[in-house]
Amino acid sequence: MSVLIFADQAHGKIKKVAFEAVQYGAKVAQQLGVSATALVLGAADSAELEALGNYGATKVLHVADARLNEVEGAVFTKIIAAAADQEAAQVVIFPHNFDGKAVAPRVAARLKAGFVSGAVSLPDTSNGFVVKKSVFSGKAFANVNITSPKKVIAVMPNTFALEQTDAKAAVTAFSPAINDADFRVKVSSVETVSGEVPLTEAEIVVSGGRGLKGPENWGIVEDLAKTLGAATACSRPVADTGWRPHHEHVGQTGLTVRPNLYIAIGISGAIQHLAGVNGSKVIVVINKDPEAPFFKAADYGIVGDAFEVVPKLTAAIKQIK
Amino acid sequence: MKILVCISKTPDTTAKIAFTDNNTKFNEAGVQFIINPYDEWYALVRALELKETLGATVHLVTAGGADTEPIIRKALALGGDEAFRINTDSQDSFYIASQIADHARKQGYDLIFTGKETIDYNGAAIGGMVAELLDLPYVSIAAKFELNGTEATIHREIEGGEEIVKVTLPVVVSCQKGMAEQRIPGMRGIMAARTKPLAVVEPAAADALTTVTSFELPPAKAGVKLISPDNVEELVKLLHEEAKVI
Repeated sequence: MSVLIFADQAHGKIKKVAFEAVQYGAKVAQQLGVSATALVLGAADSAELEALGNYGATKVLHVADARLNEVEGAVFTKIIAAAADQEAAQVVIFPHNFDGKAVAPRVAARLKAGFVSGAVSLPDTSNGFVVKKSVFSGKAFANVNITSPKKVIAVMPNTFALEQTDAKAAVTAFSPAINDADFRVKVSSVETVSGEVPLTEAEIVVSGGRGLKGPENWGIVEDLAKTLGAATACSRPVADTGWRPHHEHVGQTGLTVRPNLYIAIGISGAIQHLAGVNGSKVIVVINKDPEAPFFKAADYGIVGDAFEVVPKLTAAIKQIK
Repeated sequence: MKILVCISKTPDTTAKIAFTDNNTKFNEAGVQFIINPYDEWYALVRALELKETLGATVHLVTAGGADTEPIIRKALALGGDEAFRINTDSQDSFYIASQIADHARKQGYDLIFTGKETIDYNGAAIGGMVAELLDLPYVSIAAKFELNGTEATIHREIEGGEEIVKVTLPVVVSCQKGMAEQRIPGMRGIMAARTKPLAVVEPAAADALTTVTSFELPPAKAGVKLISPDNVEELVKLLHEEAKVI
């Protein structure tokens, strides 16, 4: 018996959300009195694989096949199901990120496992197997009892703080049969912003809205973000008018982010925007309109002109860094 | 070409979220229900665009009670040709996906579109499950979909960017912003929708694997602490020492 965790990687590096999933899976394994096995698909160097032990995996299965560097949901499902079978896994854990969303529901259907996505708690096994998940776009939680013998859980990113140990995992090669014909979805190109923290994994996000008046004024947002080591984001109107790229748009129709700190500059805080950020641990709002609805959802606020406040804030942060 | 669009009924984006019956049921009092925005604005409208440019029949499927019919009629008013309501109150994603897969097996579709998730349950599960049950390829969270013969080119969102993939139909795609633009049904569409076929289908045998035992609301925020714009050092101090986030 075991808990199997899909440890998502990109360019050979294990993603932060994957470490979170591994840690979550290791804790579930502890609760159930079984072992935790992580599964990595695609090229990855051995130090990365062993580091999964730091978060509680005792064993790592690695399929070192370059065809798996990008996700093909059906192929990944076949491999994960084979690994779950080999490891006698009753519970399979995924990160609830883009790759998790592409694969986890397929695996759940294949294993006929009850599925909970966006989990924000460890299972409560005192009366069934109840996992709390985020619902209504972050405005509420549901406690969901998984009643099937097999279970699949997708863990909400940035929800569980990482606790690192020095433990190393034993890495084993895993070689399921994969045919070229299994790859029905073919990746023809990948465009990513390199060298920056992915927005959905960032611990601090600095976000700008229409109050900044134009793309030429984004320097103050970027300076603050750079000082904090933060990712930059924007509101929907800003992405729609092309001031900023679409992949920076957070909100109901854009990305959902759950950083430790979300700084909103010149964003009014419409309910659709809040739906994408209300999982943030601390929200700071800078807006010259004291009536901006965002202040109601904020922890700290400054009513003032962003063009004056933000540079001063950047300078003040540099003082303590 | 035959396209299936999966439609879900959700509370309006701005609805007040509250629960009744000892926090086991969503409080529907005074709540307006809509088609899940991802299903409507992106999945359905893109299907209708394909129908207009390439020729296609667009079917709609939903799972729910008779109270879902107004939203199905709206989807028909926007241009869907024929609708199917699977008569069940189940909320379990595996059960619902099994119903949609069963329906799709009987009908045979070239393309199945869903929204990327519903705005109430936020499961993001149905598309992937349906694809697995039908042994079809699945492309999740698509922002663009083009078709050339039977080969689709799809832009799929990934961390910090996008991936462009190619796949031969049939395929299941979950849709998000970028696929299409919201449309408003016209009077002619609304009139036509009244007489379009809407079949009520009894559910096939399938298992529900999860149950919601209760809901809860997040703890209320303590309220915003306002800091003077002339004293940003105070904010830095609070973030550093009180909130401990920088």
